[in-house]
Amino acid sequence: MNRRDFVWMLGCASSAGLLSGCVRGELRDDPYESASFGNVRLLHFTDCHAQLTPIYFREPNVNIGIGGAAGRPPHLVGQHLLDHIGTARGGRDAYALTYLDFAAAAEKFGKVGGFAHLKTLIDRQRAEVGDGNSLLLDGGDTWQGSATSLWTRGKDMVDACNLLGVDVMTGHWEFTYRAEEVLQNIERFNGEFIAQNVRVTEDALFDGVSAYDEDSGHVFKPYSMHEVGGHRIAIIGQAFPYTPIANPRRFIPDWTFGIRDDDMQEMVEHVRDTEKPDAVIVLSHNGMDVDVKMASRVSGVDAILGGHTHDGVPQPIVVENSGGKTLVTNAGSNGKFLAVLDLDIGKGKVKGYRYRLLPVFANLLPADAGMQAYIDGVRKPYLDKLEEPLAVAGTLLYRRGNFNGTFDQVICDALMEVADAEISLSPGFRWGTSVLPGDTITMERVMDQTAMTYPETYSREMSGAELKMILESVADNLFHKDPYYQQGGDMVRLGGLNFSCDPTAKMDSRISDLTLDDGRTLDAGKNYKVAGWATVGSESPGPPVWEVVAEYLKDKKIITVNKLNTPKLRNISGNAGIADYSNLLE
Amino acid sequence: MHRRLLLKGIVALGAMAAWPRLLWASRPDAAFIADNAEDAIMAVFGQMPVASEQIKLKIPDIAENGAVVPVTVSTDLADVESISIVVVNNPTPFVASFDMGPRMVPIVSVRIKMGQSSQVLALVKAGGTLYSTSRDVKVTIGGCGG
Repeated sequence: MNRRDFVWMLGCASSAGLLSGCVRGELRDDPYESASFGNVRLLHFTDCHAQLTPIYFREPNVNIGIGGAAGRPPHLVGQHLLDHIGTARGGRDAYALTYLDFAAAAEKFGKVGGFAHLKTLIDRQRAEVGDGNSLLLDGGDTWQGSATSLWTRGKDMVDACNLLGVDVMTGHWEFTYRAEEVLQNIERFNGEFIAQNVRVTEDALFDGVSAYDEDSGHVFKPYSMHEVGGHRIAIIGQAFPYTPIANPRRFIPDWTFGIRDDDMQEMVEHVRDTEKPDAVIVLSHNGMDVDVKMASRVSGVDAILGGHTHDGVPQPIVVENSGGKTLVTNAGSNGKFLAVLDLDIGKGKVKGYRYRLLPVFANLLPADAGMQAYIDGVRKPYLDKLEEPLAVAGTLLYRRGNFNGTFDQVICDALMEVADAEISLSPGFRWGTSVLPGDTITMERVMDQTAMTYPETYSREMSGAELKMILESVADNLFHKDPYYQQGGDMVRLGGLNFSCDPTAKMDSRISDLTLDDGRTLDAGKNYKVAGWATVGSESPGPPVWEVVAEYLKDKKIITVNKLNTPKLRNISGNAGIADYSNLLE
Repeated sequence: MHRRLLLKGIVALGAMAAWPRLLWASRPDAAFIADNAEDAIMAVFGQMPVASEQIKLKIPDIAENGAVVPVTVSTDLADVESISIVVVNNPTPFVASFDMGPRMVPIVSVRIKMGQSSQVLALVKAGGTLYSTSRDVKVTIGGCGG
């Protein structure tokens, strides 16, 4: 088999693979319907963050790419992305893929995602190709991100995924439950949970901690084989490589992670030699830039279906490597998209592909009755708490973006006010839904931003030097020019503190001009009272952050954001990963 | 079960092999006291290394825990006399050195301590010449994963 013989048919080059190509013909029964292509259909969703019901999710206006990642997806925002894929502003696809005209478009096109609507779409996509010709893959970050997922320790999502018919998944935030809970949930899961890059530490193996394979140390099955449409498909799992760094190690002390691309190469070769697959797919939670680099270093993979960085990327990036070509995708977040990769497979090789990133528009897809009944059942015991009104949004509230979103600013302002601190810090998570202006902020929407297993707050003295060090470290995790040194989150959110940032600079020289909101310069040798939450070391002593935010919201009643503590940015003018940003410096 | 027994066996062997050297090999104290990498390397080897692609240094790009960073060095260079590890930014950069006999397979695996992000060097002395390869390892505050 010569892998260079691949015929890469761009079946989708004409449309961006989104809905518009299909909808233009007008009023078919199913606007998601498409002409048949190939013989194996892979359905992929990722980073749904436990959003069982339809939500709003604003894509970022700041998602800066540095070095080789500049100027290409996923680092194209707003109009830059629309120009890249040739889609007009103002339509459904532009609403799904960008922040442009977000509040107005959200009113017009409605909510996205929701498992009952996703179920309808998935069932139709599977029915279209017939039984046994498709697989449903979940890229992880499925058991965390909502109130009910936290309160059921991820079990509501395991059962929902069983109803959805997920065949294979990998993980990241799944590992923020305790190890024994992770294993119990996997036991409960009808599909397979796979990861080649999670191992039991050697110390723990000594102590008799169990592993999927005691010889290799794999905690989970590393790959799974599937007969699809008469072809053998190998799926290799790649969990988030930096889980014990980005999240608390204390929940999973016996497991060690890492990118392990050498091991991935060995695994691909092992699978190709012993299983004789017709296609090798990696189900990855690396993040898109890491996947692009891994695809250049590991050969023999037909496609990496990726997640983690929450990038709704309409078409795969085709990466060349020593063995041929590998497709790299990223399928967005919060249940907003279902990716459909149709493969035309011959004996032992992939001959062509078609990729579509389908937005899950809740008002175009009727809710599946069975799934809706299940979701209603999950929510019923918690409904009073979930629907508790706290305040009204006086402005669009969102999180996603490299720097403070408006909802983060509310969290930071709440932390400062409730703890009487001068400065506050909040992690740069990429999950968290959006609230439209005029809508009620319920407890459920606050939990969308905060529901996790280490929500405790702190209030303590930190020196100016310590604060600068934190900002530099997190900026390096975001903007390091080599993606293998990034962690895939956004910049730490700040309250009360302002700074300038040069994303293109090196570690320890990106951050400057640190000043407090009252204009004082931050003094490296002086101590400041800082409030925050979500510490990854030991557990903080304060109340969970959602209590702090709820108290603040109830007190304010109408929430406006007067000032965003976003930095002045240097050396990125002309970068297509930023738009509608007022603080640009030359 | 296999693996545990096997690992215990390896540790025992490792201890037997390493023990006499720690006690009796000519230990160049200057190397382990020197506070910069170049002094340490010169103190032990009397020469600076030349870069080699025949050394494989396996170490995480970002350490999960700076107190125990797993590192494995192997090489297909011939006539290997020693394998050493240097963490440039550590207070005492010279971390470990293993003398290799002619019949030993040149692979060492240890866990090292790193106080901060640093370049890590793997040094192999072979046929009288010192060779090296290096990797950058980040020791970072965590907490902001997507």
